[in-house]
Formats: sequence, structure tokens, C-alpha cells
Amino acid sequence: MFDTLSSRLGNVFDRLKRRGALSAADVEAALRDIRVALLEADVALPVVKDFIAAIKDRAVGHEVLRSVTPGQMVVKIVNDQLIELLGGQTVDLTLTAAPPQVVLMVGLQGSGKTTTSAKIAYRLRSRERKKVLLASLDVQRPAAQEQLAVLAEQAQVTSLPIVLGQQPVQIADRALDTARREGVDVVILDTAGRLHIDDSLMLELAAVRDRIRPHETLLVADALTGQDAVTLARAFHERIGLTGIVLTRMDGDARGGAALSMRAVTGQPIKLVGMGEKLEALEPFHPDRVASRILGMGDVVSLVEKVAETVDKEEAEKLAAKMNKGQFDLDDLATQLQQMRKMGGMSGLLGMLPGIGKIKQQIADAKLDDRVITRQLAILSSMTRQERRNPQLLHASRKRRIAKGSGTDVQDLNRLLKQYQQMQTMMKRVKKMGHKNFLSRGLPPGLLQR
Amino acid sequence: MSDANSAGWLQRLRAGLSRSSTSLKSNIATIFTKRKLDFASLEELEEVLVAADLGVEAATSLIAGLSQSKFGKEVTPQEVRAELATQIAAILAPVAQPLMIDPAHRPEVILVCGVNGTGKTTTIGKLAQQLKDDGREVMLAAGDTFRAAAIEQLQIWGRRTDCPVIAKAPGADSAGLAFDAVQQARSLNADVLLIDTAGRLHNKAGLMEELAKVVRVLRKLDPAMPHQVLLVLDATTGQNARAQVEIFSSIVPLTGMAITKLDGTARGGVVVALAKQFGLPVHALGVGEGVYDLRAFEPAAFADALLDLEDRAQR
Repeated sequence: MFDTLSSRLGNVFDRLKRRGALSAADVEAALRDIRVALLEADVALPVVKDFIAAIKDRAVGHEVLRSVTPGQMVVKIVNDQLIELLGGQTVDLTLTAAPPQVVLMVGLQGSGKTTTSAKIAYRLRSRERKKVLLASLDVQRPAAQEQLAVLAEQAQVTSLPIVLGQQPVQIADRALDTARREGVDVVILDTAGRLHIDDSLMLELAAVRDRIRPHETLLVADALTGQDAVTLARAFHERIGLTGIVLTRMDGDARGGAALSMRAVTGQPIKLVGMGEKLEALEPFHPDRVASRILGMGDVVSLVEKVAETVDKEEAEKLAAKMNKGQFDLDDLATQLQQMRKMGGMSGLLGMLPGIGKIKQQIADAKLDDRVITRQLAILSSMTRQERRNPQLLHASRKRRIAKGSGTDVQDLNRLLKQYQQMQTMMKRVKKMGHKNFLSRGLPPGLLQR
Repeated sequence: MSDANSAGWLQRLRAGLSRSSTSLKSNIATIFTKRKLDFASLEELEEVLVAADLGVEAATSLIAGLSQSKFGKEVTPQEVRAELATQIAAILAPVAQPLMIDPAHRPEVILVCGVNGTGKTTTIGKLAQQLKDDGREVMLAAGDTFRAAAIEQLQIWGRRTDCPVIAKAPGADSAGLAFDAVQQARSLNADVLLIDTAGRLHNKAGLMEELAKVVRVLRKLDPAMPHQVLLVLDATTGQNARAQVEIFSSIVPLTGMAITKLDGTARGGVVVALAKQFGLPVHALGVGEGVYDLRAFEPAAFADALLDLEDRAQR
């Protein structure tokens, strides 16, 4: 695997930070690495050039050379510049005009327009209590209209009945009529995927736009997109006029280069990001958080929010108290594992933690995926309550019973117990250190052994 | 592919790539108007390649080759382009392999996988047509039981190409469906069975495990199955394609790729990087939504079209 942007930049900055003072040559070398890192992250070339030029202006000054920790300074400058490039602040959909308001979804084939349409509908219905109508103008792809109808049902919003043989403009008309008649707040029009160089389809789209004058025209684009991101975003913006961008598949391991590029060439904000296949997996775009994530500085705010959403507060406090007293038993471990699973498993959580590139690598090496959590929970639930409270009870025959009951081996159970012991040791250590930077040292050796 | 189509496809591919090639061409033209090849122009040239999605690594090594043979010499844009196209074609040549069907397999079981929205179902439809035209009995299996209306989409392709489609209700186990489909294909004596799968991001361990299960289950019927596993890759994808190929091939035994959406401005330059890194055969190129918009991968034509070299047919 090649490096991700954040680990790549992490290396650059590690080198910078180790030095006391920076020369112009140091900065130059770092910028070269940053340039390559950004290009490998699929940030479009012209955007990379502008970015590097801006950084250079700010970095090769007295500011950096005289500051106490020059490396840190460069990190900050790069981070600030990234945030600026990504749009500064979170921008939501602007649906403030008189209803019915119209959202037009446009993009290439396979970028995720239909799924995103349904996700937005779900979001508007469940969070803002809006009455939403979904309509598909896609008369190109087989079963596209059926797909939207099925998704509408899942999102519990109405979809426009399918009339075979109607053309996109006619369908759009019918959608608006229906919306006015039925007091709909927001109409979301899904369109056929099209290439930005397909003249007839782009004209058709322009005709729809002129007819319905959408309040929001959203470009749905794949976060995996390469250098072509600039070309397609510019073309859609010039021909149709965009008000925002939705970036899909941000839950993939692509490094968001397309986000930088498209934002830069259209000047339009990235309003939402698709984070999974489920209807609720649509999140606002936070430029600052994404910039931090790219730079490997972690996304603490998202983590905190996610934890707050999923973790039962009382439960967490009880757990914390127990930890402090050193009375952390296997029941607590089970609770913890369950919560971890709720929050999207190890990989989801670790991606958001700051400064744990090292741990992440260890986890990847140990191939500790979320199935391990499931298996461990099975082991724990095959124990009696007494055994969970007092793991000392676990002798050979009990262990065999538990392994059998959970469909695992005694070795798996032993490993779990060892891990539990190590956690206890670690907690004691943390208590001594007063929580101070214990994560930055990486996990204790052996904790991730399977 | 018939010869009558051949000229047409080249034209279409070239037309599809022309936007990108035009910008590439004019970029290179501005760099070299018969002057010495120096470091500055090499660097600019490297950037041009990077902008075509070749990736930093592939671009760097191409430029290194160019620098060895042409550094310090007086060169024209045409020469530079020809040199680059030759190098790119040489990299691509080993991976250009048509999809082969072994009549002894009956059915040849082909599993089609990839990330969401790359064009798996559409590619299956086009492949089915191509195989039918070659006189083969083709069956399709609607293994994407997850995405809404994916089954209907494949059924429509089945009607278009006149191929029977094996399907179950949405949400059914796709491994079980694949199992049943093979048995039906056997009993109907089909030549080829194309199995569709749900799109999945390669970094989702759970979804990848599902795909591994499909292969495991097929192997129970015959250890040689699936005879082929095709990865469908979107040409719009940037360097993430490398991660896709790497991870998919670690989970399932990939035997080849189809590159789709080459009719846009995406140049598919990443194919060059992939050929260098993985050497996985490229069986077909998707150049449109029509049933006949599937082409064989021809390295020289691809490289020439990428660099907009039209007058080298005699090469």
C-alpha cells in the first residue's frame, strides 16, 4: 500500500519538527514532498501549484525562521491554507425560499446521485420535518426510476409515480405540479448520469434548469475521482451553474483530493458528504476537520460528537469511575466493546483520533478488524455473570466450555484475557500519568496479538 | 470484435479522449518548439503526465526514460509525443489480453466485482451481447441483492441481450444465488455465466468478506470456479485505483479488469500505473452506455489516442 496523504505529510513534518531552525532549503524540500503527496491524493495539478505557491509565500519568511518551533509553524500554515482552500466553514443547504423548493441533482454516471437524493430526502424529513417529494428524471439507465422509488419508500418520503415514456422536462413539470398541489416543502429531482461533454444531455439538463429554476443545484461527485475532477466540475458549473457539491464515498480510503480541486475551480462549497450505504450516512462537510484529518492531526471534534451520540452517558460515567478505582471487570469490557461497535468499529474510531498514526499501523499489522470485536463479544457472552465479574474463576474446564459455547478456541479466550489484563495495567499507568499523552507512545507491545 | 467495427471504435475512442488529448497536446506543444530538452522542460512534461492521472511514480519513470534517450538534444513536440506513446504502449502491451472463454468449462463462470458505481451491471450487459454475437449461450446472475432496483436493471439488460437472468428477492444471500445460478447454468448447458455483485468499497472489511464468501461457495461446486474474476474500474478514478486493485486482488483471485467511462474526459492514465504495478490483464474498455459500447484494449491505439497521435498507423 502506498502512503496516505496524512501519513505522508506526517513524515514530512516529523522531519521538519526534529530540526531546531529551518532554512529556506528545508522548507523547499518539505514543499516538494507536500506537492507529491497532494498529487498522489489526486488533487488537481493547477490547484496543487496554487497551494504550494501560497504556502511558500507564507512559510519562507521571518515568521518561520525566527519562530520557536519552525516545523510546527509550517504545519499550521499548511493546515490554515488547506482549510481556506476547502472553503473555510461548514455551509448547509439553503432552502429558505417559499415552498416548494427545488433541489436539482447532477453528475456523472455512477457518482451516487440517486442514493444521495434519497439520503437528502431522509435528512430533510427526519431532521427538519420537511415534506419531501422525490422524482427521477433518469430515462437513460435501466430501472433508475424504480431505484429511486424503492429508496423513497425506505426513506419514508413520497416519490412521483412513474409514467413511462415521459421526457425529463415533462417529469419535472409533473413533479412541481404535484408538489404545489400536495403542499410539499422540498422537491428533489434526480437526473440521469451524464458526461459533461455529452452535448445533447447537457442541453437537456439546461432545459430542465430553465424550466424549474432550482434553488439548489448540487453536483454529486465521487471522492475517488482523479485529475478529471477539475474538468468535470468546471464544465458542470459553466453549463448548469452549481450552488454546491456533494462528495460521495468519503468513507472510502481515497484522500479527498477531489474535494480540494472541485471547491477550488467552482468556488462553490462542498455542502454534504456521503459516508456509507445507509440512508442516514450523509454528513455536513467540515473543512477544518477534513483538513486536520488530511494532515494527520486527527478529527477530535467528530470523535467527540460521535461518542456523545452513541455512548450512554451514565454508562460512561459508571465505567470511568470503575476504571479509576481499578475495578474494571469483564462485564465492563463487554460494554466497551459493544459501544465501540456502535461507533463504527475500530477503524472508524481510530481514523478520528489525533496522533495515533503509530497505533493505526499496529492495528493494520495485527489485522484487527471488527470481526475480532464480534468474536470477543461472543466469548464474553458465553461466560456466566459470575465468571465475568471474577475472571479468576476461569479454569481449564470452564474455559473449554466457554470456547465451545462461543464457537472459538481456548487460545482465543486466553488472548482476550491477556488483553484484559494488559488493559488493567495500562489503566493503572494512565492513572499514574494523569492521562498525559499515553496514546502518543503507541499501544503496549503484545496488546494486539491474536 | 469484427474488423468492420475496428475503425469505428478507434475513432470513437479517439473522439472520447480528444478533449484530454487536445489539452495534453497543446501543453506539450508549448513546452517543445524545437529546443533543447532541459530539466525545466522535463519537469513540465512530468506534470503534464501527472495531470493525465498517470500518477507521480509512473510519470517520473517515463520521464527518466525520456531523459536518458533525449536529454540535451534538439527535439520537436512530435518526437517527444511519439517517444512517450511508444513507451506507454510498451508498458501496456503485456496486459492487453482479450477475454477468453474455455469451451471445456461449460459454463465459464465469471464473477464481476468492483466499487459502487463503476459500471458493473452495464459492463455485464455489454459483455453478454458480445458473447452472444460470438454464438455463445450466456446466462446472467443478479448477485447485487443489496442496491435498490439493481436486479431489475440486470433483468432489463437480460431482455435486451436475450439472456436468461437468475434472480432472487432483494436482500437474498448473493453467495447462495451464485450457487443456484451455476447449477441452473449447468442444467441449461450455458457456455458462460456472468455473475453480478453489489458494489463495495474495498476498505469495508465486512463487505469484502461477503465477496470472499461468494468465491468460497462457488469453489464448493468446483475448485476451479470462478474461472475468472473481473474488476470493473471507473476511468475517472484517480490514484485510488491502485488501492482498489491491490485490496480486491488480496480478497478474491482477480484475473482481469474492464475499464469503464472512457468516453468522458477522464484519460484513464491510471491504467498505465496499474499495468506497471500489477500487470493485471485489461480485457475491455467501456466507451458509452449502448449495448455495443465495449471495446478490446489496444495498447498502441490507446497510447496514441492519449497523446493524440493519429498518423502512426503504419507503425
